[in-house]
This record gives sequence, C-alpha cells and structure tokens, in this order.
Amino acid sequence: MEILLSFVVGGLFAASVYLILRRNLVRLVIGIILLSNAVNLLIFTMGRMTRGEPGFIPVGEEFPPELIANPLSQALILTAIVIGFGLLAFTLVLVYRMNKEGRLVDSDALRAEEIDPSVYN
Amino acid sequence: MTAHLLIVLPIVIPFAVGIVTLLLRKKPQWQQWINLVGMVSLMAVAIQLLYVVHTQGIQATTLGDWPAPFGITFVADHLAAIMVLSGALMGVAVSIFGLGDMDKRRVAYGFYPFMNLLIGGVVGAYLTGDLFNLYVWFEVLLIASFVLMALGNTREQLTANIKYVAINLVSSLFFLGGVGLIYGITGSLNMAEVATLLAEIDSPALITTISMLFIVSFGIKSAIFPLYFWLPASYHTPPPTIIALFAGLLTKVGVYALIRVFTLFFTYDVGYTHTILLWVAGFTMVSGVLGAAVQNDFRRVLSFHIVSQIGYMIMGLALFTPVALVGAIFYIVHNQLAKTNLFLISGVANRLEGTFTLKKLGGLYAVYPGLAILFVISSFALAGFPPLTGFWGKLVLAIGALETQEYIILAVALAVGMMTMFSMAKIWMYGFMPGTESNREAGSTDEHTLLGLGNGTATEPYVKSVWVMYLPVVFIAALIVFVSVFFGTVYDVTEQAAIELLDPSLYIDAVLD
Repeated sequence: MEILLSFVVGGLFAASVYLILRRNLVRLVIGIILLSNAVNLLIFTMGRMTRGEPGFIPVGEEFPPELIANPLSQALILTAIVIGFGLLAFTLVLVYRMNKEGRLVDSDALRAEEIDPSVYN
Repeated sequence: MTAHLLIVLPIVIPFAVGIVTLLLRKKPQWQQWINLVGMVSLMAVAIQLLYVVHTQGIQATTLGDWPAPFGITFVADHLAAIMVLSGALMGVAVSIFGLGDMDKRRVAYGFYPFMNLLIGGVVGAYLTGDLFNLYVWFEVLLIASFVLMALGNTREQLTANIKYVAINLVSSLFFLGGVGLIYGITGSLNMAEVATLLAEIDSPALITTISMLFIVSFGIKSAIFPLYFWLPASYHTPPPTIIALFAGLLTKVGVYALIRVFTLFFTYDVGYTHTILLWVAGFTMVSGVLGAAVQNDFRRVLSFHIVSQIGYMIMGLALFTPVALVGAIFYIVHNQLAKTNLFLISGVANRLEGTFTLKKLGGLYAVYPGLAILFVISSFALAGFPPLTGFWGKLVLAIGALETQEYIILAVALAVGMMTMFSMAKIWMYGFMPGTESNREAGSTDEHTLLGLGNGTATEPYVKSVWVMYLPVVFIAALIVFVSVFFGTVYDVTEQAAIELLDPSLYIDAVLD
C-alpha cells in the first residue's frame, strides 16, 4: 500500500511542477494545490498505513491493541489542509485582482511590469 | 517571573496586541499607541529573556505540562533569545517610523494587526522546539507578510506580491515535505528528540536527501544564490515602513532556520552539506552585490544588498567553527540594524523629496546634513568600515575562514565588502551630493508616491512631523554605534550561542530532561 501511494505522490509532484512552470497564473495556482495535496499524502504515507484499525482501546482493556491507525499523521495533515486552504483563498483572490488590474495573468506581462524605467534613462 | 512564562510571553504579546488592534478597527489612533506599547513591552520581555538565558542556560517549556517529546516544546537558547531581542528592537523602531510614514488608508486596512501577527509568527519560529510547529509559525508569518506586501493594492504591489506568494508557498510545501520525511524515518517531531534519533540512523543518503529539501526551502525564504530572484522583484514596491520590517525580519528567519537545522540535525556529513552551503554563500554574495551595481532606485539597490549580505551569514554557518558561527550570528544582528536603518532612511528621503530614484534625489547633503550623517553611519556599518558593526562581523568571519584555510571564500567576502562600498558610494554620489537632475525646485513628485493612492487626506499619515521618522533612524544608528563600541560584551553573548549550537547535547538535555 505504501509503495502504491508513493507512486501517487510522485505523480502528483511531477504534475504540479509541470503546472507551476506554465505561464498562466491560474495553472500556477492549480499546481500549488496539487503540490500541497502531494505533500499531505506524503505525510500520511510517512505515518505508515493500516487498514481498518481504528485507534480505540477496547472496553475493559488498559492499552490499545498492537496495530492501530496513526492518529498523529492525520492530525498533522488536518492542520496542513486548513493552513493550505487559507493560503489558497488568498492566492485566488490575488490572481482575481491581477486579472481585473489589466489581465496580468501571464508571466510575460508580469516580467514587463518589473523593469525599472529609471535604469534606462 | 517564571522561566516558562518568560518563554511564551514574547509570542503572546504580539498576538494579544494584534487581536486588540483588530477589535479597534474603527479607532486607528488608538491602534498606533497600543501597538507601540506592545512593541516596547515585547522588547522589555526579550531583554529579560536574554538575561535569563545568559545567566541560567537554555530554557525550555512544554505547553500544558505534557512530558517533553510529546507536547509542543518552546526552547530559548542564546541564538533564539538574541534573535527575539533584535527582532523586537526592529519592531519598536518600525512602529515609531510608521506613525509618520503609514498613510491613513493603509492603517484603516489593518496595517497594525498584520504587523503584530507577522512579528508574533517570527518570534514563534525563533522559539519553537517542534518541527511541525515551526512550519505553522512560518505560515503565520507568511500570510501576514502576504497581506502587508499587498496592502494598498497598487498595481506594482500586486504584480510583486504574486511572485512573492507563489515562490513562498512552494518553499513552505518543500519544508513540509521535509518535515514529513523526517517524521517518517524518526517517528518524532520534537527537534531535540529528532536530533538524537537522526544520529542513530545509519542511512546517510536518505538524510542528505532530506537536508537538501531543507536547503531549498529555507534557501528560498532566506534568499540564497539560485533562489533569491523573488526578493529584488518584490521588495521595492511596498511603503518603506513595511519593507524595513521585512528586511529586518523575514530573510533572517530563513537564515535562523538554516542555522538551526544544520547545527542540530544535519551534522553527520559536514564535509558534503556544508561545502554546498559554502559555495552557495560565495555566489550569493557576488551575485547580490553585482545586481545592486546596475540599479538606480534607492530601494532596489538596498534589496539586492539584502541578498549579498545573506551570503556572509551562510558563510559563517558553512565554515562551521565556533568563531565562524559567532560571525554568522553577529552578522545577522548587524545586518538587521544596518539594513533596516537604510530602508528607513530611504523612507525619510522619499518623504522629504517625494522620490526613491537616486538621480532625482540629488543634493540631500546640502539641505539635510543630519540625514546624510545618519546615512553615512548605516552605510559604513553595512560596508564594514572600522570601527562599526560590519567591520567586526567581517573580521570574525575572516578569522573563521583563515582558521579553516578557506582562502577563496575569504577573498570573495573581502572583495564583496569593497563592492558594497561602491554601491553605497553610488547612493551617496547621486542621492546626497549635488545632482544635475535634481527636481527640488520643480517640486514634482515621483510616480511611486502617487501611484494607486487616492487623493486628499487618505494618503497622509497621522503624524505629519518628519521628526517622528527621524527618531527611529537615530535610535538604530545609536544602537549600531553602541554595539560597535561594546563589541566585547556582544561577542561574549554570541560566543555562548555558538558554543550551544556546536554542542547539540546542551539543547537536547535542556529539552528532554
């Protein structure tokens, strides 16, 4: 199961790098979404996989059974998802504003904005 | 005051002030003064924290009385305490400067709440002893800096912000990936425990791979050689108050994190990882200073110099001897002082003349000799003239390079120091000596001040007197002179920091016992 998920994570990383390197800012944002999902899955895989082993202590027992799902990696991902969601909302609004500001959603247009006119006069 | 409270207070104060100022949205006048009170008390607490750490050794606390490796740990060693103090000093200076520089519109849109969140995030990143928690603090300070960078919504700020946001999101995700892998191989996130567990794992290839993720991620944040292009592309757009704050805090958090992980975790194969860092340091210095040479705008020149100065800090880390690490830590403090002050001076010049373009500024020396003297102190400190702070920093680093016989990096560092002087001389020649293109008589304003801002009172600050802007500049210049004169004392404190960094068992024992 870990092997399979490793390939999924790798595929997501590759796709996100491809999208981030595109010119269009909307693709960049989608690339960042994929990257953040890839990283979340990576943490999940790193917490080791179990199947159908909820983290409960049976009634009458003092300790949990030997094999239980790792709750820590789930908590980490939950935090990372929430943070990523907030940052994504900000980025989307920013891209929207750039579009309204004069279709500045292409990296060439952005580059042209950067040049300091005072250097060339 | 107990040590536990003392460690948490520097984080609590900025967040409390941030929340209070947010609640007082309609009363911007109150916000300014509450913010100032908050910053001064943060500074007082930071002084106390450094004193306690210096007299009683590393302080650690785990929230909610959880036993050490399980709860979220906060640790104050010398490095963290020094960084908190210098960050708080920058906070005070920038707060005073903001009274006279931030326009009413930006204050109304929440400059003070976000500034406090930024400082809270930075201080949290300095003090935390938990890897995942470090990621959370980075995100806190990032989102605050995103908003501050865009505050005012001018076209150039927006175009700069998208680059800044995109590259920093990618860098954070790389960091999170590294954290995930470390968790995968050690099963822990507590930095002290991770350090002990990593030492026992016998797979250098895996750990080196993870260390590269950390270099890339923190390297983007601290703007080292192949990863710094976002910085000069974005740092010249927001108002000087915000940029002075960024220059003093943001890249330095990246450097702090690099120093932390490359002294605590990735020390088993110093010959490989730290050699990479040494090359990176050299290229960072040279490319930053060359980039500055072509620029013609006060803030753009200074932005490139941030990059070049980062190289010196990385150099100290890469040499990895006690003396070199003292140099790196001292250089961070020195750079925070000198660089923030230069940005503040550019803000004063802009306020007086209405432009950041050097050729249009021309002749400031004749009209404002006081400002010229303050500029000379800060720029000489940056370039490394004796007896100012930059000289001491470079001297200690040079001794570190001589001890390890790294003569190439020594030559590069000294040459870059000369070229820094060239850039500062350029600002002086065009900005302060009488210029031919001076627009003083015409009284026109540059596009930077007019761009995107409405008309009338919304673009004015609450305090119109320019003296409130001079005050923090004088304050930091005095600090530079103070640190230069009492270098012996400062050296003793930073030496303690270096000793702790090179002997991770001190850190580990303080947390786990």
